[in-house]
Amino acid sequence: MEFKTFVFYFLAVIMVLAALRVITARNPVHAALFLVLTFFNAGGIWLLLEAEFLAIVLVMVYVGAVMVLFLFVVMMLDINLDRIREGFWSYLPVGALVGILMLVEMVMVLGGSYFGLEAMPAPAAAAESYSNTRELGRVLYTDYVYPFELASLVLLVAMVAAVALTLRKRKGLKSIPPSEQVAVKREGRVELVKMQAEKED
Amino acid sequence: MLSLSHFLILGAILFAISVVGIFLNRKNLIVLLMAIELMLLSVNMNFVAFSHYLGDIAGQVFVFFILTVAAAESAIGLAILIVMFRSMRTIHVDDLDSLKG
Repeated sequence: MEFKTFVFYFLAVIMVLAALRVITARNPVHAALFLVLTFFNAGGIWLLLEAEFLAIVLVMVYVGAVMVLFLFVVMMLDINLDRIREGFWSYLPVGALVGILMLVEMVMVLGGSYFGLEAMPAPAAAAESYSNTRELGRVLYTDYVYPFELASLVLLVAMVAAVALTLRKRKGLKSIPPSEQVAVKREGRVELVKMQAEKED
Repeated sequence: MLSLSHFLILGAILFAISVVGIFLNRKNLIVLLMAIELMLLSVNMNFVAFSHYLGDIAGQVFVFFILTVAAAESAIGLAILIVMFRSMRTIHVDDLDSLKG
């Protein structure tokens, strides 16, 4: 077996097992950690497909940001595991049936006869000076610059929405609004009173 | 020698696993969100594989945008989950019946 094929099967087997554990793990923290493993192996497979930039982005964005978010949320919430697991296996027969049917149908289409090496030969090796990152950046900032700006807008809206959703005013907080604090004049704080001096006769 | 169908079938397996996960974890909103992330990953796998075998970089640009949208979606989904937990003290799907007639 060729080395690349061996690496592919190694990564793919770990990935599928980790994905199975994601959906069956009892503890959501374990599920999140197995999801990290799945994404990491997917990054490895994308490296095999010579998509280096996206592989690194996948590891950084998912393992670095989204999974930390998931872990934060899972640990913040108080989850009743026994209640959440009740009836877990009762939907397995119908779920497995649907899943296996979908898989069989997709494999029948995606199998070797249509997408095998004869129908889609492997591309020639890229030139020595070819850089996936540079090529992606060139396309992204020329042909796709408008969608790129829209994507940044999507991220901005998502960020504002997430902050606005979770922001709350706590009652009984003894802080002073900074704007009022800055706008204070001397007259508002100190009052000079004229009064008769006391005399001792 | 690796062919395109290797990668496509791997993506199909991942997609089927996440569909089964949505069936199994219908009471667990957090794992449901994770299953959706898995689904998006399998779609991205197909995009990258086709991009490599067809020699067209546009597929990778699409993966870039899908990653952006997926990150935004999970951030908002988790924020909604937190707000829901804060107001109802629960994230069980069975307790979310305030719209029931």
